[in-house]
Amino acid sequence: MKIAIALFTTIISVIFLTDNNMGPVLQDPEEDFQVVKGIENNIFAEDNEKCLVCHGEPYFELSDTAAGVVQNRLMCDDYFVERDEFYQSNHWSFACTDCHSYDFELFPHPVSARLEEPYNCNDCHGYDEQYAHFQFEKIQEEYQESIHAEIEEFSCWKCHDPHSYEVLIRNTDDFEEAILQNNNICLECHSNFSNFQLLTDREEIEIVQSHDWLPNQEAHFKSVRCLECHTEINDTLMVAHKVLPMDKAVKRCTECHSADSRLMASLYRYQSKELRGDVGFINAVILNQSFVVGAHRNVILNYLSYIIFAGVILLLFVHIFFRILKSKS
Amino acid sequence: MEKRLYLYPVWIRLWHLLNAVLVIILIFTGISMQYASAEISFSLIRFDQAVAWHNVAAIILVFNYVIFVLGNIFTGNSRHYKVKKENFWSRLFTQLKFYAFGMFRGEEHPFPITYKQKFNPLQKISYVLVMYVGMPVVIITGFGLLFPEILVQQFFGVSGLLITDVLHITMGFIITIFLVIHIYTCTLGDKPGTLFKSMVSGYHEEHE
Repeated sequence: MKIAIALFTTIISVIFLTDNNMGPVLQDPEEDFQVVKGIENNIFAEDNEKCLVCHGEPYFELSDTAAGVVQNRLMCDDYFVERDEFYQSNHWSFACTDCHSYDFELFPHPVSARLEEPYNCNDCHGYDEQYAHFQFEKIQEEYQESIHAEIEEFSCWKCHDPHSYEVLIRNTDDFEEAILQNNNICLECHSNFSNFQLLTDREEIEIVQSHDWLPNQEAHFKSVRCLECHTEINDTLMVAHKVLPMDKAVKRCTECHSADSRLMASLYRYQSKELRGDVGFINAVILNQSFVVGAHRNVILNYLSYIIFAGVILLLFVHIFFRILKSKS
Repeated sequence: MEKRLYLYPVWIRLWHLLNAVLVIILIFTGISMQYASAEISFSLIRFDQAVAWHNVAAIILVFNYVIFVLGNIFTGNSRHYKVKKENFWSRLFTQLKFYAFGMFRGEEHPFPITYKQKFNPLQKISYVLVMYVGMPVVIITGFGLLFPEILVQQFFGVSGLLITDVLHITMGFIITIFLVIHIYTCTLGDKPGTLFKSMVSGYHEEHE
């Protein structure tokens, strides 16, 4: 009995505990060190403050020194930059004037500066070896085929606000937070009709009702990004950008709930690229974050179950054989 | 001479019938989910239908299990599940030896069925293990999978959902193996169909 318990414990330890070191990589392996983000580490912070004194506050002060009039005015959402978000974003180390004209240092801002065409992602990231592995050019191509590209006012910034966007999914061990952040980007318009109607004439989308076919809806919303079902997976891109029309969204459960789960090519793509170690489970990299019925099978238990089942059936057939022999004799 | 004993009252037969139907549904839908494939042609039952049927069958099974436990307590049927400690292993071995060799040599059944002794030692221990260990494990883990938000997120660095699922599937597999053997041993009556008829009529029949 003791031997059986010891054997069982060993098997369980091998099956379960050997995957402890397979957590997601938190740091870009190409980077030698990780810089701590924050206002204190931005060398342009003092200069940026000249802009943020107005644009970093919900209200700004408008004064006419000649007339001696001072008024507090509401800062329009489009021109408001949340300091904390900016200094934690991907562009945290930037000076405002890296992207905006120096003419904005003048106040009131000259019209020529205000009419300036803002940069798009590829103005900096495109056709640059440093960013080649992110394939921004292909992202642009995908975006052009996406349903979002049909909306005239749409741009990269609608989802990737340059003042706050932070790539979390490939740098985090907290998938729930990264998924929430990602989904909130979509919900910013898709569950906020005031924002939605600025871009389209379509009727208001009721997210909960339109997804009521999903069993355990809350668990799905917490565990996967909208992108998983609403984009076409691209074999080369880390994040698919071709957002599909509603009727082309994935509705077949087994697209995710199967051994060849599409989640491995989407949500867990970074981890599956970094960690290919076989720890006994099919799609093992998902295990540290979640558990997807149908996508996980323990290889050892799988084979063991086949052997046991075949053994039992064989034993029964042998028994039947001897029963037939006996009945004939 | 024919021996005829009324061993299976109506409530047991109804419980058993419902249990059998539900367990078969749960096994097939469970296999469909575990071995789900993106290719429709490889799916035993469509995933979403398998989930729905599995959930409904499981909930009914829980109520049926409660009926079984209460029925055993209040009707005295539980006495048939009391495993005797003395000579436990030798009694088990005797029964196994009968199935492996004795029955082919025409030996007498070592533990003949009576009113007091409905099950042989092997039946008794397997029924006790399945109904009082296997079923609670599969029900509790199944409840955890139905409501994953109640589960411990991480247990010694391993996903609580994963542990629950592996336990659920392993126990489901053991119950499946039990079912296969159970159905086979039910063909070991006087005739292959005799014991199945008993679970319909309530009467155990055998030639003495």
